[in-house]
Amino acid sequence: MSAISLIVNGKTHSLDVDPTTPLLYVLSDDLGLHGPKFGCGLGQCGACTVLVKGQAVRSCITAVEAVQGIEIVTLEGLGTPERPHPIQKAFIDEQAAQCGYCLSGVILTAKAFLDKNPKATEKEIQEGMSRVLCRCFTHTRMLRAIGNAQKEMAR
Amino acid sequence: MKNPSQKASESEMVQDAADALERAGFSRRNFIKGTGALIVGFSMGGAMEAFAAQGRPAVFGENASPDSPPAAEVDSWIAIGSDGTVTAYTGKEELGQGMSTAQTQLVAEELCVPFLRVNLIVADTAKTPDQGVTSGSQSHPANFNRNNLAGACATARQALLDLGSKKLGIPAEQLVAVDGTVRAKNDATKKVAYADLVAGKKFSLKVDSSAKRKPASEWTVLGKPLGRPDMTDMVMGTFEFAHNVKRPGMLHGMVIRPSAVGANLMNVDESSVTGMPGLVKIVVKKNFVGVVAEKPWQAIQIAKRLSVTWSPAPELPKQETFYEHLRTQRPVRDILLVNSKDVDQKLAGAATVVKATYLHPYQMHGSVGSSCAVADVQGDKATVWSATQGVWHLRATLAMLLELKPENVHVIFKRGSGCYGINGADAVSYDAAMLSQAVGKPVRIQLTRKDEMAWENYGFAFTIDERAGLDAQGNIVAWDHEAWSPVLGNRPVYTYPGNVITGFLVGFQPEEFKPRTPAPEPTSFSNNSNAIPSYVVGHVGGADHGAGTVKSERALLHNVISPFWTGPLRSPQRLQNTFAHESFMDELAAHAKADPVEFRLRHLSEPRMVDVVKAASVNAKWDARPSPNPHAKSATGFATGRGISCVAYEGDNGFSAMVAEVQVELATGKILVKRLVVAIDAGPVSNPDGLRNQSEGGALQGLSRALGEEVTWDDHNVTSVDWKTYHSLPLGFAVPKVDVVLLNRPDLPATGAGETAITVVAGAIANAIFDATGARIRQVPFTAERIKAALAG
Repeated sequence: MSAISLIVNGKTHSLDVDPTTPLLYVLSDDLGLHGPKFGCGLGQCGACTVLVKGQAVRSCITAVEAVQGIEIVTLEGLGTPERPHPIQKAFIDEQAAQCGYCLSGVILTAKAFLDKNPKATEKEIQEGMSRVLCRCFTHTRMLRAIGNAQKEMAR
Repeated sequence: MKNPSQKASESEMVQDAADALERAGFSRRNFIKGTGALIVGFSMGGAMEAFAAQGRPAVFGENASPDSPPAAEVDSWIAIGSDGTVTAYTGKEELGQGMSTAQTQLVAEELCVPFLRVNLIVADTAKTPDQGVTSGSQSHPANFNRNNLAGACATARQALLDLGSKKLGIPAEQLVAVDGTVRAKNDATKKVAYADLVAGKKFSLKVDSSAKRKPASEWTVLGKPLGRPDMTDMVMGTFEFAHNVKRPGMLHGMVIRPSAVGANLMNVDESSVTGMPGLVKIVVKKNFVGVVAEKPWQAIQIAKRLSVTWSPAPELPKQETFYEHLRTQRPVRDILLVNSKDVDQKLAGAATVVKATYLHPYQMHGSVGSSCAVADVQGDKATVWSATQGVWHLRATLAMLLELKPENVHVIFKRGSGCYGINGADAVSYDAAMLSQAVGKPVRIQLTRKDEMAWENYGFAFTIDERAGLDAQGNIVAWDHEAWSPVLGNRPVYTYPGNVITGFLVGFQPEEFKPRTPAPEPTSFSNNSNAIPSYVVGHVGGADHGAGTVKSERALLHNVISPFWTGPLRSPQRLQNTFAHESFMDELAAHAKADPVEFRLRHLSEPRMVDVVKAASVNAKWDARPSPNPHAKSATGFATGRGISCVAYEGDNGFSAMVAEVQVELATGKILVKRLVVAIDAGPVSNPDGLRNQSEGGALQGLSRALGEEVTWDDHNVTSVDWKTYHSLPLGFAVPKVDVVLLNRPDLPATGAGETAITVVAGAIANAIFDATGARIRQVPFTAERIKAALAG
């Protein structure tokens, strides 16, 4: 165990954890966050996604020591019901979820992608989402919501 | 929570509901069972007396837990607080399918209160009635017709009108229920609030299944595309799943599953993990091995390091020959669904006899989040937070597993990752409970990806033979369906913890396999498995029950013992059988040189089937002609085609038809599904946006199952244990356009809605591939290799 300093959703936390612990466990267990979720522990599904300096990162395979002192944003940190991020607003408008378990991966992957590729085509967005799984298969609504958010973000 | 008392359980209720009960001075269970001074009896009107004479409606399975709030009592379903808030109790869970939203709409509609004034309490053995499991497209029919939740609401509304009549001195016929008040139809100032009529007291009424439901023409809440109230929390990342449940002092567990299917535990060397950080306890019972640690990552490390020795296990049947292997297995249990006894004779006299064999693999639920539960077992009491589909089933079987009294086990449903049937939720609830009991503290466990995928109860594999005869005019004269399917375990229901892996490992046997051959003749009609094709008359017990016209019919199922656990996966058996029936129907149409839509309509008698087939084909601008299309192949090496498929789900529990449009790359066998048009009839549409969401999801999940999903294994183990080895279509595949056409039937009973779209996908795609190429693919999944082989064949 050793002292680790994490900056999550704008707050700094000092934690005494095994530095090799994947970030996901620290976020969900030690900090009690609900956004990032364990899906596979293998970096294959995306459910654990967080933003690290704006990049979509799979927290289940990222050691906590690797992200010390770097700004981390979870789905909770993206917006609020009063001030949702355009992607979040679009997901609510499109009712783009069923069970909702995968949303952290879907929304944060889309956020990182659109920030980097604001003018991406529909096909490029699909490719950008190609490593994210939704097993309820809410694909049509999710992709539509991401497209709608892209337009909103460009305004 | 040391002693999960009634008081403590109420702290789990939404605040308004808890407040309403507290104001009434009752715990939930006492509230229903009690007969104290606060209780006010309603006078029974004429309808109630008539109902009482008929006895209680059969609203549950006969095995419902004896201490469940009784389904026949209005108070089991509805409570009105002194602030006018309506609290409704349901056993039908929100799994992501929108059922909580629709049920809230139902309550708001029938009781004439705003949507936001209804609090819905879902699946909690301390509060809600035992409605079995949330599965099988049974929630909509169970709670939206005349019994259960809908019946309770309609009965309560009538009772409120009667009470209002007394209070206002106005005959009930001249009153109307509006916005939580009873008021005179012709004078809005003469009114009394529900709260002043019943606040916090009991209705003490039986659910009257003849109570007048509000006609759909008057609906203002039900039937509307309301958004889901849980959507904002999900999108903001604040929603609490089972995976997010935390209890004071909670520890973390992990399990070590056997090294191979059928291996037995020989030895656990605890010294292999001595001194590892966070280790609390190694737990062993028969073949169950688990570890408990202070932190989740510690538990994972300890489980990985723990030295466990297993006995050698018998070899698994070879996957390459598995479908043929099924035909020769003994023991076997034979089930005849329909048998006109003249099939062989009719086939012998037919102008053409067509035969084909269809193969469907084991597939998995493959929830994107592996299953998770939290259990707190202390002394003789247990509380478990679980994503199980059946809280009362889980309570009964946990009691067996933990050797506790059922009444001392409290199961609280918390939503998990979408399950689509029995994923690992029950098994992991047992895991958590076993570990918690061993340490006397709350334990959370979330399975590894591999433990979830290697040991879940898979959807059924099938080998299906279809045979039919055509007369000289190309009409079907006889249809014979014979299928082989392996089974092992199931849902645990009330008495079989051994139906899922953890229960088995701790020493419970799965439900006994009862060999039986030959099958007895059918005495009552059931098409729950859709083994009976839609195109036959379904003649059993002196009457026709089927959706079709073919009189000579036989449907025979042979169940054999599965090497792997099996259980319901979205549209269990119905999807596999429908793939075979609908592919074969297309083969017959091709033999008859008939248009596949016209050929179906010619052999259907059920008007609702006719309607969905027409709706799907019209909306898809169906190109009417026989398949295959001689002009489908382009100069660039691609071929395009369209196919149709339909189902009368479970015979009469929902109807759907789908048109698929595909493009096949002839050199590689790769296919691109361009469009899916699905028409759905689920009776009255309770929430059109919710039904669309379910149908779109069903269509694409069906596509993934048709194109890529297959459980694989080697000599000893399942080898499809992650997302590289089990092929689910990710968010970024070339998603086809999905058009959903809803056929609203406000005049008919509510039917299943969540499983009809997925049931027809594989058939529609196989038929579209045939239309494009003339090649028939009869084995799911339709991999490029298999399509290429079919093209060559």
